[in-house]
Formats: sequence, structure tokens, C-alpha cells
Amino acid sequence: MRVMAQMGMVMNLDKCIGCHTCSVTCKQAWTNRAGTEYVWFNNVETRPGQGYPRRYEDQEKWRGGWKLNKKGRLALNSGGRVAKLLGLFASPVQPELKDYYEPWTYDYKTLIDAPLGDDFPVARPKSLITGKDTQITWSANWDDDLAGAPEMGHLDPIGEKVRRESEDKIKFAFEQTFMFYLPRICEHCLNPSCMASCPSGAIYKRVEDGIVLVDQDKCRGWRQCITGCPYKKIYFNHKTGKAEKCTFCYPRVEIGLPTVCSETCVGRLRYLGLFLYDADRVTDAAAVTDETDLYQSQMDLLLDPNDPAVAAAASAQGIPDDWIDAARRSPVYALAKVYQVALPLHPEYRTMPMVWYVPPLSPIVDLLSDQGHDAEDSGTLFGAIDALRIPVEYLAELFTAGDTDLITEVLRKLAAMRAYMRGITLGQQADAAIPASVGMSPESMYEMYRLMAIAKYEERYVIPKAHVEQAHDLEEMGCSVDFEGGPGMYEDSPFGEASGRPTPVAVENFYALKDRQTSDTASGAATLRNRVNLLNWDGNGAPAGLFPESRDVPRAAAASPADLGGPTAAGGSSPGSGDSAGTP
Amino acid sequence: MDLLLWGVLPYVMVAILIGGSIWRYRYDQFGWTTRSSQLYESRLLRIGSPIFHFGLLAVIAGHFFGLVIPMAWTLAVGMSQDFYHLNALLVGGVAGVGTLGGILILIYRRRKTGPVFMATTRNDKVMYVVLTAAIVLGLWTTLASVFEGDHGHNYRETVAPWFRSLFIFQPDIAAMAAAPFSFHIHTLVGMLLFIIWPFTRLVHAFTAPLHYLFRPYIVYRTRDQVPGAIRPIRRGWAPIGTSDRTRDKK
Repeated sequence: MRVMAQMGMVMNLDKCIGCHTCSVTCKQAWTNRAGTEYVWFNNVETRPGQGYPRRYEDQEKWRGGWKLNKKGRLALNSGGRVAKLLGLFASPVQPELKDYYEPWTYDYKTLIDAPLGDDFPVARPKSLITGKDTQITWSANWDDDLAGAPEMGHLDPIGEKVRRESEDKIKFAFEQTFMFYLPRICEHCLNPSCMASCPSGAIYKRVEDGIVLVDQDKCRGWRQCITGCPYKKIYFNHKTGKAEKCTFCYPRVEIGLPTVCSETCVGRLRYLGLFLYDADRVTDAAAVTDETDLYQSQMDLLLDPNDPAVAAAASAQGIPDDWIDAARRSPVYALAKVYQVALPLHPEYRTMPMVWYVPPLSPIVDLLSDQGHDAEDSGTLFGAIDALRIPVEYLAELFTAGDTDLITEVLRKLAAMRAYMRGITLGQQADAAIPASVGMSPESMYEMYRLMAIAKYEERYVIPKAHVEQAHDLEEMGCSVDFEGGPGMYEDSPFGEASGRPTPVAVENFYALKDRQTSDTASGAATLRNRVNLLNWDGNGAPAGLFPESRDVPRAAAASPADLGGPTAAGGSSPGSGDSAGTP
Repeated sequence: MDLLLWGVLPYVMVAILIGGSIWRYRYDQFGWTTRSSQLYESRLLRIGSPIFHFGLLAVIAGHFFGLVIPMAWTLAVGMSQDFYHLNALLVGGVAGVGTLGGILILIYRRRKTGPVFMATTRNDKVMYVVLTAAIVLGLWTTLASVFEGDHGHNYRETVAPWFRSLFIFQPDIAAMAAAPFSFHIHTLVGMLLFIIWPFTRLVHAFTAPLHYLFRPYIVYRTRDQVPGAIRPIRRGWAPIGTSDRTRDKK
């Protein structure tokens, strides 16, 4: 037994209101850069729906994840090692920009600079890829809230599969449609197929916390990981030529803070904590023959931190005591293994994903209340879960490789909790028969309710810090500011803006501040490299770029592609972030 | 002049190639990438790129066969000069034409696909010119031998001995000087290509991921004790008048 720790996440889908706050804050934190305009490490998709990138779950086409070969052993769906090397020169199955979407900004400059006239100036959409006028036809959540479902509903690969498999050919009747939101980040799998696909070996799993990262120095841009990941959660930065992915906000997690998406989640639906698992058995667990057994084999990998033998083995593996303690208090372990209400997304990809989901009961509740039933009554709910085949089968395709019994069991637990707690809240006698009907004790049901409904910040996010003796080095304090080549080297470098080693933020700020303090005038665009550092601006003068250029400066005619070239190359902006389109 | 071109330049080229690659590898790991443009355009790339790359591999194999293996050896195993020549012409010609066709498709794609052209740096353009020139000139030497027939120049008596003599640091300058102009210019452009190699995107060839065949699928790595971007300055690469002079050593 080789015990390893894994940071995991659970999302309670019943609570997701589809506000996209997680996506936006994640984008602002991580992918608001040139080259990653189209990239959303976190995205929220409406299900049923195609997802982002479009139809990524169609593994017949995209060949992500693992399959069993003829000998019954794990093999990459996209081909073995030799096949991968032969396909290196032009990756055979590779999503293009049109499968994601063409990122855009708006020509806001026209709004500001248009001369007085009878017509309202219009901010036309401009492609962030070509800089030219563009038609917006798709985005990361174009089918939000079932938008376009009558036309495009049939394109959902999961819906397709459910319809194909159901005997009576369920039609996609819009009025009967159910809907829920599915926020997705990288799954930080135990058996990642992206990592296995990487020819350079640049993708690695951190021993300490299981976070899967791309070594930006070792990545050579072969792009096989993008094909390999069945969730399509590795992206190609087209400016730097490197793969990038969700980092589980490791700089935050290392100091005990939750990820940005969790921190900013309005519905408080995310839980963060540790799993302890047996790393020696991962490959065997991922290679069980029957796809519907994958959930159970994944559960069997998770070790009970309260078991003294596990704790001893963990200590022997060098896992610190405070981490073992955190594993005992882990909300994700509780939801996944103790209460067994959290399920992995697409276990049939055999990657052993470590972001888990509590499936939504709300589609069923909504349907019941729309039909005038008492949607809080356990009897009605139980009956409805059994009767409403479409939502159950759909959820089963997402979370249990098609096993409807398992998803029904989880939904019944959630329904039982709802009914049981309603009884208590209304001051009635607590009905112990309800927890018993789903195999739970009243106490554990109440505990589960506490964790899912009213858990506080510290209970939802149990994140042990990276070790204290390393803390100094983890901050940038540990570095010297006379960084080789000095700040700015990466923009003037002979190999393009992205080459050379990146300048730490602290170094950049240090130079900006020094410049500010020692110069007679306000820091110019030259020294700040076209950025306005509001942190250091003391109101003395106006740095270039802070205000729009004045009226008497002759203005170029309507923004040409060249105007757009500036911000596209220098900073980039996310489609939604509303960056001004030009720096004077 | 011959001494300079065929006695000195090759060593300068090797020094720049090796030194430049080492420097780039140490200084610019982050820039060491294929900088793929497949995200922008996939259809033409999937035709052109494999043709070009596989053609190039065949061309490299052909160069190895022609330059490294002495004529005496092939004669010794019973391969007649005519047979060798025909072989070189057929295989080399096909590979060369494939490589050229591939790169022409790629250049067309690069020019005509807006986003791909926008992602093309000046460095890339220079590289493309030199690379294409080397291929065209190489193909010219091959095709010239077709038209000249049996009277064609036998490079295995001039270029190849010179090439081998470079490795024992006794460059056979006279042999190379005797080769015709087409070989001279091809060799010179080839050397130019290797000189600019470490400073262009061509470096990706040096990290062809052959170790993928042997490495375990799952890679575990401990957390960096020091964040990657701020490793201590390496020996021999410290800027003047800094760390050791101005601050206490740790």
C-alpha cells in the first residue's frame, strides 16, 4: 500500500445557479492573457447541452481517455506510444478554434472617438485572433439555459446516447426538458490520460497533493495531451506554443486558501479537501472490465483516514500529521465515501477523476412541483425518481457510466434528506423511517444535511498548508530581485515575446516602484511597458494610457486591424472583460 | 578562400550549433517549442506537415548514407556504382520532392491563413527562406545528376571524403574544392541553416520525444522547493557585479 494525498473537490449541483462567477474569476486570475483568450480553465455548461468545447464527450470522435485493449489492459484511446509519435507532425484528432469559439472583443474606441453626428456609434465585434470584424456565432456557453435547444438540443452527445438507448425513442420535447448546470474544471485525475499522452513527459502529478500541472519549460507543444484528455481541459496557448491547464490554484492551496472558483462561488456549492488513496492500485482499479464497476473500484482506492493502519502507512510515506488530520476532516471524503452522494464525472473514461459531483435532484423536484405535487414528500419524490426516466438516465450517463440504479440510490438519499429535514423544520416528529429507507441513520443524515446545507467556510474548505519549513521559499520573498536579464526580457527577447524565463510579479513590481521613486516625472509607458500600474500611481501626472487621448490629437479613422493589433499582442482581453480596444 | 569555406567555416558552424543550442536550452527553455499553429488551421497542416517531416527524415537518412558510408564499403558489399546512383536518385528524388512539396504547402498555408501568418515572426520568415533554399539547392544537385547521366559528378569522391575528414580534424579541403558549384552552394546554405538553427523554432527537432517510448505513463514529481521562476542564478551565468558582490551569500 502506497498512501498518497490528493486534493479533491466536490460540487453540489443542486446549488448551482449558473451565474458563471467561478468562470469569470478564474479567467481573470489565470487566462486573461494573449494566447489564452479562448481558454476557460473553469466553465459552466448547461445540460443538456453540447458543452465546451462543442461535443467534447463524443469520444468516438475525440478519442480521449483510456480504453481496454484486446488483452484487457489499459490503453490510450488515441493510440499507443508508437502511433502517437507517428502522428506527431500533425495531430490527427485535434480540436480547432472553431470547436471552442473564436474569441472577440469590441471596438469600444469608436464609441469614445466617434464624431458628433446623427448616428449612434456602434462597437463592432473584432476577432482577437485576426483583429478583423467578426460574426459572433459561438462561445464557451452559447447554449446557456438551453438557448437554441429546439435547434441544437440533438447535438448533446449524452442526450444522443440516452435517446439511442431508450426503447421508446424519447423525443426531445422542449416542454418536458429538464435542465441543470455543470461547472467543470480539470479533474486532477489519479490516472490522467493527458499525462500518459504527453511525449515530452512535461505533465506531472505532484506527489504532495496530487495536483496535475504542466511544466512550462519542458512542454514542447506536441499537443497530444489535448487529444488525450477526455474532458478537453488542457488548452493550447497559441502565443507561447505550450499547453496550459487548470492549476487547482496551487499557489493559493499551498498557503491554505481555497481555489479562486471555490472562493468566489455564489452558491457555495464547492467543497475542497484531501483524499488519501492507494497509488499502487490505481492502474488495476482503472482496468476493471465492466464500465459500471469503475465507480466502485474508484471508491475502493480511497482509504479511510480514521483507520490507524492507513494513518500509519501515510506517516510512513512521509505525509505530515496535519495532513492526515485534514484528511479526517475532509468534506470531500465525507461526501464521496462516507455518505456516498458525490459521484465522479464520466468514470467510464477510466481516468479516475478527482472532482466529484452531487447529482442534482432539482430537475425532478421542479417537474413535481410544476405538476402540482408535494415535491418535499419522500413518497412522492421516491416515486418520481423511479418514474422519471429521462433525467435519471441522463444523469447516469454523466456520473455512473449508465448505471441508473446507482444514480437512483444517490437521488433517493438526497430526497430522503429533504423530506426528513422538512419534518424537523416544521416541528413534526422526526421520521426515522425516512433515513432508514435509504440505509442511513438519523444522526448521519443530520450530519450530511449540516455539511451540505449550512457548513461554514472552514468546514467546506479543509486545506492543509504546504509545509511551514518550506513557506519562505514558496513566497517570492525567497528570491533575489536581480533576476537574470532583468524584467522585460521576455518582451524583447529574440525568440518572441514569450521566450525566456518569466519574470516573477514581485520583481516586476519592485522595478516599477523603484522607477517611480527615483524618476522626476511620472513613470512613462516606456518603463512600465504600456501598463498603468495603479498600485504605484500617486496622482502625480498622468501615465500614458490612463486616460483616452485628447480631442485635439488627430485621430486615425475608424479602428483598423492595426489598432487592434496592439492590445491583442500586448495584453489581450477576455471576451467579457471589456478591455478598451486600443492604447493611444 | 577554399580554406575559409571548407576548413574553417564548418567548425565555426559546429561551434555555433552546439554552443547556441546549449545556450538556448539553458536560457530559453520556455521558448523551446514547436509553436504549433494547428489550432488556427488543421486541414492543410495535416497534409503538408507529415509529407514534409517524413520526407525530411528520409532526406536525412539519405545524407547519412551518402556522406558517412564510404564508397568502398558499398562496393565491397557488391553494390555497384550504377545501382547506388539509381537508388540515390529514386529514393532521394522522391524524398526531396516530398520535402519540397510539403514545405511549399506549409508556406502557402502560412501565407494564406490569416491567423497563421499573423503568428509568423521575422525569425520564422528568415528560417523559411534558408530552409527552402537548402532543400531546393539539394534537389538541384540531385536532378542535375540526372541530366548529366553517367558523366555526372560523383559526390562520393569529393564531398563525402571531405565531410568525413572534418571529424578527424584533417579537413580534405582539396576534395571539396573539386566539387561543382551546385554542391558548394548547397553545402554553404546547409551550413547557414545549421548556424541559425539554435536561434529559430527548428530547435524543436533536438527534443524529438523519443524517450516517450520508454517512460512510464504516469509521472509523479515533488513540488518544487523553490518556485521554478526564481531558481538561484546558475554558475557562470550571473550578471556582472551582482550577487556575490552586493549581497551576503546565503
